[in-house]
Amino acid sequence: MVNAIGTKQEVMDILETVKDPEIPVVSVVELGMIRDVRIANGVVEVDVAPTYSGCPALDVIPILIREALEKAGHHPVEVRNVISPPWTTDWITEAGHRKLKAFGIAPPVERTTDASFLSQEDKVVPCPFCNSEHTRMVSRFGSTPCKAAYQCNACLEPFDYFKCH
Amino acid sequence: MSKQHFIQYLLHLADNGLILGQRLGEWCGHGPVLEQDIALTNIALDLIGQARLMYQYAADLQGDGATEDTLAYLRTERAYRNVLLVEQPNGNFGDTIMRQFLFDVYNFLNYEALKGSADERLAAIATKSLKEVRYHLRFSSEWVIRLGDGTEVSRDKMLAARDTLWRFTGELYTPSEIEREMIGLGIAPDWSSMADTWKARVKEVFSEATIPVPEDGWMHTGGKDGHHTEHLGYLLTDLQYLQRTYPEAQW
Repeated sequence: MVNAIGTKQEVMDILETVKDPEIPVVSVVELGMIRDVRIANGVVEVDVAPTYSGCPALDVIPILIREALEKAGHHPVEVRNVISPPWTTDWITEAGHRKLKAFGIAPPVERTTDASFLSQEDKVVPCPFCNSEHTRMVSRFGSTPCKAAYQCNACLEPFDYFKCH
Repeated sequence: MSKQHFIQYLLHLADNGLILGQRLGEWCGHGPVLEQDIALTNIALDLIGQARLMYQYAADLQGDGATEDTLAYLRTERAYRNVLLVEQPNGNFGDTIMRQFLFDVYNFLNYEALKGSADERLAAIATKSLKEVRYHLRFSSEWVIRLGDGTEVSRDKMLAARDTLWRFTGELYTPSEIEREMIGLGIAPDWSSMADTWKARVKEVFSEATIPVPEDGWMHTGGKDGHHTEHLGYLLTDLQYLQRTYPEAQW
């Protein structure tokens, strides 16, 4: 049986449904992990930028991508890990930022090109629940490699910060 | 260039990450407080992830059925090329922080220089890893300062940790024969000119931590050539147990 391969946009639409297993509200597209999609000679090729080298979700995400595309009738599918240029939180989309915040994770407050990042100052991270800027870092490392642990001094709620990377 | 020598160099970099990652993993469930328990194991994850990228590269070059797993789990003690510092036991939290800091400064400078390596794939791995190591260095520097410039007890422990571990730092910036070959090819950074930078960075944090920098004395070397301290054998027994007992077991 010959399958209709479809267009790049159709593939991207399907990838929008593939969520990060650790943060099930944002898609791999919103996280900026999809670097390229090519459809050539009947093969769908997806370039994925791994986030943190040691993130346990990294082994799962290519499998989820393949499953989603195959379920929609796209195959064969080839998922390639592309480490150069390295993934950065600068690639997280606007929608990604919004969804992280709505989920209770403060999105990155700066870009890796900002002077504050380069000089390693700690910026104010507003609380994703009450928006107060009166927050403090509890630990540089949170529940997953991409996050730091914070607490809001105003509403006292602890929260995760998706750190600038 | 001898392909085998390049593989040995990659294994040296990978083993540093794997062995230190394994050591930090021993803290899992035993950290002084929950946040630091999580921090140490997060750093372990980063280090093992970086090591995987290097083992995969080495396995690709080696062929012959080698995989990241056979390289990580099925070599004998003498085949490991990690520096002696990373295999030293965890000791107390201060010992672990001191070991981490001394290694992080090295690891940071090493990856920073490797970004310009003549080998493209290695340069890409270094560029990615550096982003993570920068964060490790910040973490360990802050803790060295906090504990060194802390209470009398914490300061004494940091001074003792320094005295135990300092003798392993010379190896970091003393190139092995294989490293010298790689330096000549523009693949590895030339540590003979970077040793002073390492010392200056350490001194900067030490002075803020009110920890005097010791005089350089006798330095232990040999890890890069497979001559290890007795601690590595015990560590590998733990690390390799499952694969040795149930060969090719899959998660």
